[in-house]
Amino acid sequence: MASPFNRTTNLWVARVLVSVPLASILGVVGLYYYAVPEYTRVGYQPTQPVAFSHKLHAGELGFSCVYCHSHVEESPQSNVPPTQTCMNCHQAVKGTSPLLAQVRESWASGEPIAWNRVHMTPDYVYFNHSIHVRRGVGCVSCHGKVNEMEVVRHDQPLSMSWCLSCHREPEKALRPLAEATNLDWLPPKGETQESIGKRIKTDSGINAPQQCSGCHR
Amino acid sequence: MRPVIITFLLLTLATVGVLGFRGRVNENRPLMLVPDMDFQPRYNPQSESVFFGDGRTMRTPPPGTIAFGGNDYFSDSGRPRLDPDFAQLDDRFYRGKSGKDFIAKAPIEIDLKVLKRGRERFNINCSPCHGRVGDGKGIVTQYGLVGVPSYHDDRLRKITDGEIFHVITNGKGLMSPYQYQIKPADRWAIVAYVRALQLSQNATLADVPEERRGEVKP
Ligand code: HEC
Ligand code: HEC
Ligand code: HEC
Ligand code: HEC
Ligand code: HEC
Ligand code: HEC
Repeated sequence: MASPFNRTTNLWVARVLVSVPLASILGVVGLYYYAVPEYTRVGYQPTQPVAFSHKLHAGELGFSCVYCHSHVEESPQSNVPPTQTCMNCHQAVKGTSPLLAQVRESWASGEPIAWNRVHMTPDYVYFNHSIHVRRGVGCVSCHGKVNEMEVVRHDQPLSMSWCLSCHREPEKALRPLAEATNLDWLPPKGETQESIGKRIKTDSGINAPQQCSGCHR
Repeated sequence: MRPVIITFLLLTLATVGVLGFRGRVNENRPLMLVPDMDFQPRYNPQSESVFFGDGRTMRTPPPGTIAFGGNDYFSDSGRPRLDPDFAQLDDRFYRGKSGKDFIAKAPIEIDLKVLKRGRERFNINCSPCHGRVGDGKGIVTQYGLVGVPSYHDDRLRKITDGEIFHVITNGKGLMSPYQYQIKPADRWAIVAYVRALQLSQNATLADVPEERRGEVKP
């Protein structure tokens, strides 16, 4: 009888011995790379019903975020503006543009424009815009350079570890209150983000929650 | 051993080819790997409703009712006011009127804090059209908005505080009402700042304190 350990078997044993660890490593690397919000969420850019451009309105024309997202400083939720806000200007500006047909229709009928939602935290998370904006966290820390985006896209992962990494070291993001909605703000000459952040942190006694009940209430 | 390596290489390449890299711009809804309790049977602000016929979670107030909330009432956002005027009966504060006439002076105490608040709110809400100094040359006027007046002409310098408040609240002509965006107290702060702007553009040397007149250049 021939030995069961002939040339081919040996080869297959070796192949299996190499493949199994390799497959596990690649699998883990793949999951780590793909099964996280950095991959699943970042870059999500739904097409919106109206070709509204933040790059034009918030960037080139320089309107403040709060003109449209008018409750962001006092409410947990940052509201997407009602059609009325668009019509403040667009009655007179580009009043007949086909790109704005849907806005005018919505204004006439009272049916809201069905914007597609970009950012969302799960329902079991408590998130509050006002506390962040009023304590000196700029929109740019969490939404990226919206004033350079033609269409808004998901810029940060909004995962729990991401929230926590800032709550542990808020000085890396804190800025003077008046600059919270200024996405292009840079620390003035002679100061660094760290030095300003540290000062704001001690001056206003900032203590971002790291205990579970802070965000899961 | 070569086929094994090649298979893995191809698999990796195929995965990366199909899934791409982190941060790729795409239109697909973010994948929910473990949907846990992400979506609970509750209504979030500005979400869609299957219960109400018009599909809105946030209801519009029935005609004849007055919304109240925020600091007037119990909430996260500060101490409740001790004397909440839920019905908004105070004509002077909420409408800038006393009887039928507009009131001449704002019914709030005006200090530096109020003026700074007013400047901030003015720059956010009014400067796109009226310009930062109130000269009626905001950026939107370069794009087809006509008829924005300068605050520094005689008529607008003479109108009462109550009338400016009324314009912010209810709009006028091509200007839309801003009562939905700006709270009454902030509207008064803006009125105070508009007054300050008018002073600043029509100041004379007599307005400068005596000891600093030397610093003023004509
Ligand atoms: C002229 C009005 C206007 C201004 C000014 C404006 N926005 Fe928006 N914003 C909108 C509208 C309308 C939407 C919903 C449509 C969309 O997503 O593009 C929106 C959506 C967004 C979203 C995505 C919301 C979601 O669905 O998750 C973010 C983030 C955002 N805005 C941030 C900003 C920031 C930061 C600024 C200031 C630099 C700003 N916006 C200024 C009108 C405005
Ligand atoms: C404060 C004034 C202002 C507000 C508020 C405003 N816009 Fe605009 N919008 C402008 C100006 C100015 C332009 C530039 C027009 C031009 O390029 O001639 C513009 C251009 C546009 C255009 C391009 C139109 C075209 O034909 O090129 C669209 C679409 C648009 N806005 C949508 C919106 C929507 C939707 C909203 C409400 C969320 C909104 N805008 C709110 C001032 C405003
Ligand atoms: C600390 C991080 C953080 C900061 C700072 C921040 N946001 Fe957000 N934003 C979020 C998160 C998280 C969400 C998703 C919220 C949710 O699901 O309720 C969100 C959602 C939004 C939305 C969509 C809300 C909706 O219900 O559709 C808008 C609009 C928005 N942000 C605008 C702003 C603006 C404007 C600023 C600056 C004034 C700002 N955000 C600052 C984290 C932040
Ligand atoms: C860039 C920095 C930063 C990020 C990112 C951030 N936070 Fe915060 N957070 C802060 C700061 C600063 C405070 C204010 C702490 C204080 O006032 O003492 C705060 C406070 C809070 C509070 C306390 C509110 C209260 O009423 O006490 C909650 C809840 C919270 N954050 C949730 C979140 C969640 C959820 C996320 C992720 C989606 C997040 N934060 C991301 C900086 C951040
Ligand atoms: C700074 C705010 C914050 C704090 C503090 C916090 N969480 Fe979270 N947590 C989040 C956010 C945001 C998510 C949603 C993450 C996502 O959607 O990717 C989350 C998700 C979770 C999840 C679900 C994860 C999943 O993907 O299924 C669990 C479980 C959880 N948190 C447990 C905890 C525990 C236990 C603590 C205390 C040690 C804690 N959290 C503290 C913000 C926070
Ligand atoms: C979208 C552009 C726009 C914005 C934003 C705007 N206005 Fe106006 N405003 C106008 C126009 C146009 C007129 C001229 C109205 C008319 O007489 O037909 C006007 C007129 C006025 C007048 C003069 C009214 C009169 O009696 O003639 C005052 C006062 C005024 N605005 C104050 C404000 C204040 C305060 C704000 C900020 C809360 C503001 N406006 C924001 C466009 C705007």
